Amino acid sequence: MTAPSCLHDYFVRSAQRAPRAPAVIEPGGGAISYGELDALSDRLRDRLAALGVTRGDRVGLYMRKSIDTLAVIFGALKAGAAYVPVDPGAPAARGAYIMSNCAVKVVVIEAEYEANFRSEIEKLGPVPGMFVIDGGAAGMGASTALDSADAKHKAASVKTVEAEPGDLAYILYTSGSTGRPKGVMLSHENAMSFVDWCSETFEPQADDRFSSHAPFHFDLSILDIYVCMKHGATLVLISESLGKDAPRLAQTIADERITIWYSAPSILSLLAQFGDLPKRDYAMLRQVLFAGEVFPVKHLRALCELWPRPRYFNLYGPTETNVCTYYEVPTPIPVDRTKPYPIGYTCSHLRSRVVDDRGLDVPGESEGELCIAGRGVMQGYWSLPEQTAKGFHVDSSGTRWYRTGDIVTEAADGCYTYLGRRDRMVKRRGYRVELGEIEAGFYRHARIKEAAVIAFPDEEAGVSIYAFLSCHDVKHPSLIEIKRFCAENLPLYMIPDKFLWLETLPKTSTDKIDYQRLKVMR
Amino acid sequence: MSDAVSEKIKDYLMREFLPGENPDELTTTTPLITGGILDSIAALKLVIFLEEEYGVAFEAHEVNRENLDTIARIVQLLIAKKPAVAQ
Repeated sequence: MTAPSCLHDYFVRSAQRAPRAPAVIEPGGGAISYGELDALSDRLRDRLAALGVTRGDRVGLYMRKSIDTLAVIFGALKAGAAYVPVDPGAPAARGAYIMSNCAVKVVVIEAEYEANFRSEIEKLGPVPGMFVIDGGAAGMGASTALDSADAKHKAASVKTVEAEPGDLAYILYTSGSTGRPKGVMLSHENAMSFVDWCSETFEPQADDRFSSHAPFHFDLSILDIYVCMKHGATLVLISESLGKDAPRLAQTIADERITIWYSAPSILSLLAQFGDLPKRDYAMLRQVLFAGEVFPVKHLRALCELWPRPRYFNLYGPTETNVCTYYEVPTPIPVDRTKPYPIGYTCSHLRSRVVDDRGLDVPGESEGELCIAGRGVMQGYWSLPEQTAKGFHVDSSGTRWYRTGDIVTEAADGCYTYLGRRDRMVKRRGYRVELGEIEAGFYRHARIKEAAVIAFPDEEAGVSIYAFLSCHDVKHPSLIEIKRFCAENLPLYMIPDKFLWLETLPKTSTDKIDYQRLKVMR
Repeated sequence: MSDAVSEKIKDYLMREFLPGENPDELTTTTPLITGGILDSIAALKLVIFLEEEYGVAFEAHEVNRENLDTIARIVQLLIAKKPAVAQ
């Protein structure tokens, strides 16, 4: 048998090997086997092809996480397209911007989002094709929509596209410094090299049950979906509301006998505090992986005490490289430890170095910016050649090093410790938040004159975001009004924790907002 | 009196999540979750407050937008759980 040549090959081979094995479970909803998911995604491939999708196109996903969504993902990949998932809970204008920005050929959308999305995207130019699915359990929404489309005009069966390693597999949009999200382009090779590294490191088996906690527009989902499917294991979908509800989630992890858990640390902290973990049986749980932000040691220690059995891994990496370093946390954690754990060692499919402002290697264990090269590194940002060029440092041998923007130190044994961000990007609840994007959001409010957003370290929450604002009128908008405005214009995780109104914001000699002075004004 | 219950919840929300806000701005129909005032952690804190204050218990599935989005709905849910609250 030849080696798999593209990302969906992993799934297709598992489906051929064990078609009756359970592929995906929606707790309290339905389940689908590998064979059924393969067949459903074949039908979606054919429908997408009938709607004009060909190799190299993009297919938008405007859906909540479900079995249907996974079928659409594999359908899009099989049709040769890259999928572009957006958060259906975020303002429709944001989703429409993303779909329009990367010119998707077709958007697969849940019925309840269609009207809002359509009215937003119509403002931006040509409207892409739409395939509308009713939200329903266990793949019923997609198959009903396919049946009714086939009844009108049957989609011809087409061959699954064998993608080339350099073809795009998905585009994930992250917070952008200009106030607009930017699309990180990841190829089949990028994803496969990461998935293979995971196989080597975590040694998953067909009887593993993976959590799918992260939403599909978040890069943690890549490990969940593809590592699980490559090994013929079962993926347990955690919906957005279940994912935030610590007591119910704790019960689900036990009931669904999850063996490999992966999420941002924030929900694990909540599970340790509110999950009532000693009451339940977690004998099956063997690995707990976390990534996306620093795990406060206090909460990690509590979790390790409540769940003493699994191995714990701290994974680190921006969306542009996916995981690039990892560290296995030795347990139990000493009671006097307060220092966060290192981000660890470079993954075997990547190379790393630490450089100064000029791109030169720093000596010994000095601080510097972590740069990453290798098969896992993104191709660039969608239609942003300048930002792509800025994101890389090209050395004399022509190697492209992705500049993570993270300041680290490297110990003599190659273990990295994270110190902070080079620019103004912070992590909040596992999400990357560009403070400039929040500011840009405020400027859309008619009455706001100036906005400056600053993140302060916070012992409980990791980071606390303050908005300093001034307005055109004497009386500023009420706190309730401004929070509502934020809720309508920004994803929830970007809404600042505190709002401070000033008559005017302090300025530097060059008339720029003086952030240093604001920092001491809170 | 359910008015007294509303006032008590309002005081709590003002104190915990809207410090410095003009109390007149927060009415019984102001959207709390969809309006960005309560995030998931804040909603959990509110539920703990209600459980302690009124001696009621919330099921996990009740902690959602439908039940907690306005003071009026919170009062309704409390009364449904414990009619004596309205006395």
